[in-house]
Amino acid sequence: MTMEQMDILLNGDEAAAWAAKDVHVDVVAAYPITPQTIVVEKFSEFVANGIVQTEFVSVESEHSALSACVGAAAAGARAFTATAANGLQLMNEILYIASSLRQPIVMAIANRAPSGPINIHNDHTDAMNVRDAGWIMLFAENTQEVYDTIIQAYKIAEDPNVLLPVMVCYDGFLISHTAERIKVFKDPKDVAEFLGGPRKIPKIELMGKEVELSLNPENPLPLTFGPLDLYDYYFEHKRQQSEAMQHAYAVIEKVNEEYAKFSGRKYGNGRVVPYRLDDAEIAIVLMGSTAGTARYVIDELRDEGIKIGELRVRSFRPFPYMDLERYLKNVKVVGVFDRAQDQGMQGGPLFLETRAALYDLASHPKVVNFVFGLGGRDMPPELLRTTMDELIAIKEGKKPVFNRKYIGVRE
Amino acid sequence: MSSTKPGWKEIPIAGIPFKSALEYKTGTWRSFKPIIDDKKCVRCLLCWLYCPDDSFIIKWSEDGKRPKQVLVNYEYCKGCGICSTVCPTKAITMIPEGEEQ
Repeated sequence: MTMEQMDILLNGDEAAAWAAKDVHVDVVAAYPITPQTIVVEKFSEFVANGIVQTEFVSVESEHSALSACVGAAAAGARAFTATAANGLQLMNEILYIASSLRQPIVMAIANRAPSGPINIHNDHTDAMNVRDAGWIMLFAENTQEVYDTIIQAYKIAEDPNVLLPVMVCYDGFLISHTAERIKVFKDPKDVAEFLGGPRKIPKIELMGKEVELSLNPENPLPLTFGPLDLYDYYFEHKRQQSEAMQHAYAVIEKVNEEYAKFSGRKYGNGRVVPYRLDDAEIAIVLMGSTAGTARYVIDELRDEGIKIGELRVRSFRPFPYMDLERYLKNVKVVGVFDRAQDQGMQGGPLFLETRAALYDLASHPKVVNFVFGLGGRDMPPELLRTTMDELIAIKEGKKPVFNRKYIGVRE
Repeated sequence: MSSTKPGWKEIPIAGIPFKSALEYKTGTWRSFKPIIDDKKCVRCLLCWLYCPDDSFIIKWSEDGKRPKQVLVNYEYCKGCGICSTVCPTKAITMIPEGEEQ
């Protein structure tokens, strides 16, 4: 039975803060940066009004924000932070530390184009820059999904087989500043119940004793987090991280199922969300808010008899290669949309991974790349339609004269 | 690495040290060795206080009130030389490792 919910008008940033409130995070350490600012503003409002008992740490930079979250999480707290673009770049050093120390921190990212030239609008280049930092990366399509995904993220991150930090990415301004009517849980206690109460610290066996994996002074043996780890053990610890990421595939799916029972909302299998792909000959692959616009165009084309569908990637890390194989094995042409730079690469990051995922199939579809929307450049239905016309022409035998094409840039 | 060390499935996650630091004999890192001239040493214990490791052994008088002798634990001393710098009577000399004779 789904829990009681209420309708509320929130933008993406407010939804992120609302989810952190409902999750009842113990510590928030964050530094405001456009377009994430409202997350911090809204959450500090909850603190000031006594709605949450969270320890809110005002820090002097994003580097400190994530460092404080690592310390809090290591002490056993449920920690939350949020950032974007340049802030995420300043966090870079601590991103790797958070994941290697296996701290289940959740971070909201209102994706923004990195400088320079200075731009505050949306593209995914900031997230793509940190795609190998060992974080789980989930991309939401709308405000509702931002709220839902942050709640799910804690359950994924804190799973004893995973214990990795999670980024919940959503398009800056397009989602962060767009108010939508969404459903939130009426009683935050229900969310706590979904998560199994306050954070549970896993126990590990250490020198013959059972200890909490935390900086708990009550531990029979005190632990050290973050010591020197050289060529004799570092590789083994990295191997453990890869294993945790492998476990995340199944955990993301399981949490998506559990959340569906709890909320009535479900996002594909948690990793990818297919749309009208059953008999599709043409498929597009993309992430974020553009997926909704694309479905509108797909419906138009379907009415014209074109067999086209969409596969929205929700989990960029771990990358759902098995789902791409499964859903795209029978299509003839795949168009991959990257809202990120492709400098010196064969195409955008999503394109490269999609094409690699399909390489082991007995027969490959033709896979082409569209780079679009950099620095917040709009992607209206008419423009999307031109890319799909291109895919239709390729399906009908036109030899693509490109691996990637820039959509919406002035020539 | 050496097959005598445990594999990734056997060690705790998150880089948690799973052995006591006493098992790491850091004395092998040393290239300069502190030698204490017992005649100059006034047992002020500044060396013990300043040592960033825990590499001084103090022998106490029988009533436990006075330090009788100060010795270096060479199994852990990394040879940083701080003790030699802070010693008020210049009782500690740093000599190149292996040239003590």
